[in-house]
Amino acid sequence: MTELPEIGPLLDNMAGELVAYLARHRREEPIVVGIHTGGVWIAEQLRNRCLPDAPLGTLDIAFYRDDFEQHGLPQRVRASELPFDIDGRHLILVDDVLMTGRTIRAALNELFDYGRPASVTLVTLLDIEARQLPIRADILGASLALPAGHRVKLTGPSPLQLTLNPVD
Amino acid sequence: MSAKSSHLQLNHQGQLRHFLSIEGLSRELLTELLDTADSFLEVGERAVKKVPLLRGKTVCNVFFENSTRTRTTFELAAKRLSADVLNLNIATSSTSKGETLYDTLRNLEAMAADMFVVRHGDSGAAHFIAEKVCPEVAIINAGDGNHAHPTQAMLDMLTIRRHRGSFDNLSVAIVGDILHSRVARSNMQALQTLGCPDIRVIAPRTLLPAGIEQYGVRVFNDLRVGLRDVDVVIMLRLQKERMQSGLLPSEGEFYRLYGLTQETLALAKPDALVMHPGPINRGVEIESAVADGAQSVILNQVTYGIAVRMAVMSMAMAGQNTQRQLNQEGQ
Repeated sequence: MTELPEIGPLLDNMAGELVAYLARHRREEPIVVGIHTGGVWIAEQLRNRCLPDAPLGTLDIAFYRDDFEQHGLPQRVRASELPFDIDGRHLILVDDVLMTGRTIRAALNELFDYGRPASVTLVTLLDIEARQLPIRADILGASLALPAGHRVKLTGPSPLQLTLNPVD
Repeated sequence: MSAKSSHLQLNHQGQLRHFLSIEGLSRELLTELLDTADSFLEVGERAVKKVPLLRGKTVCNVFFENSTRTRTTFELAAKRLSADVLNLNIATSSTSKGETLYDTLRNLEAMAADMFVVRHGDSGAAHFIAEKVCPEVAIINAGDGNHAHPTQAMLDMLTIRRHRGSFDNLSVAIVGDILHSRVARSNMQALQTLGCPDIRVIAPRTLLPAGIEQYGVRVFNDLRVGLRDVDVVIMLRLQKERMQSGLLPSEGEFYRLYGLTQETLALAKPDALVMHPGPINRGVEIESAVADGAQSVILNQVTYGIAVRMAVMSMAMAGQNTQRQLNQEGQ
């Protein structure tokens, strides 16, 4: 049985690393952007912990997915909300689970339709080591090898919890 | 036609694959369409107003009847979805050389078109194409005769929902030439499906279709009675070409009895929305001061129309893709 980590301590570590990372790279006045749905919850938590003054945006990447041809649109699409100019700004892109990397690819494409950010820092709670694209998190909570035929899901927003489910 | 048309519009998983009529579509599906359109509205506010959903797809606007607003908003919607768009004004093209509707469309299909947006003067034209001519191509009805104009109805529903939140407890009046209006027909069906409790139609007896009761509406011949305390007024364009037919006394008479003026609008709720599918005839069915007034959302309707058409196009394309996969797996 795979041991799933506690989220609270992971977030504390990530917040500390993120602050150090931003200072080291001189990324000032960042904007936090969460990817629906789990990424938004993690983004809110991180912002509360270490970047209380940073604006928070949300992305729904449904219109940028690469599997529209196979799967169409999801049942529920939410509007992305980035009600600020991102040109020349440092973005912190947050997702819950980094799996294949395709979601992040879609999110990057969507972000660049809003403007030209100075940088994008990727933050994810988990990396389940199933990447299909050359995309890695700059700040990572934990790395996890899942048993075959399983996926991990974040439920929330309160409490935030990780569950391991068989893929149907 | 109900069961048949819903069957034709949906794939084997119940997803939209053609959009021909509101008739036969469920409340859930219409709500999903409105939710998707809401998200597309946000795309229209970005620096780059384009998403890659229909990249590599070809959309043909096939208009057998003239239209500016509907065709351009469909064109813009398709372009914002990154599709390639062909505009065919058939009224001035091959049909005048004797080619049949069937042959015209088969030729377009052979050019690997993925979607036809069809406007036609005959009721049932879009159904005919979806059923008999090109079932593998997603067919979107952009208005057929007196029958249906479902994307107009859905943009009207989006307008109402965005300004009033929901359809519960609303009184909506549709005013004018109901008999010849595909907009009225689709709107009555959409309002009924979405649970609007009080749908009123206001028109002279000569401009009401037989069997209007089937739409669950209340009929008024007197504008001043029908408008009382409504939340939304949907005006219809008076089709001047009908004037000759003897159904109406005169333009001036119609305006006096059924024109929406500041005076008659005052009978509705103080914040009632004023809507019109356009093009408006100022001084024929609506007073300029009302069309341009604070309660008018006529130009918002145009903006919402793009988002609704993006939602319809992406959902129908997804439904056709899925059906194609189902067909392949079945073989």
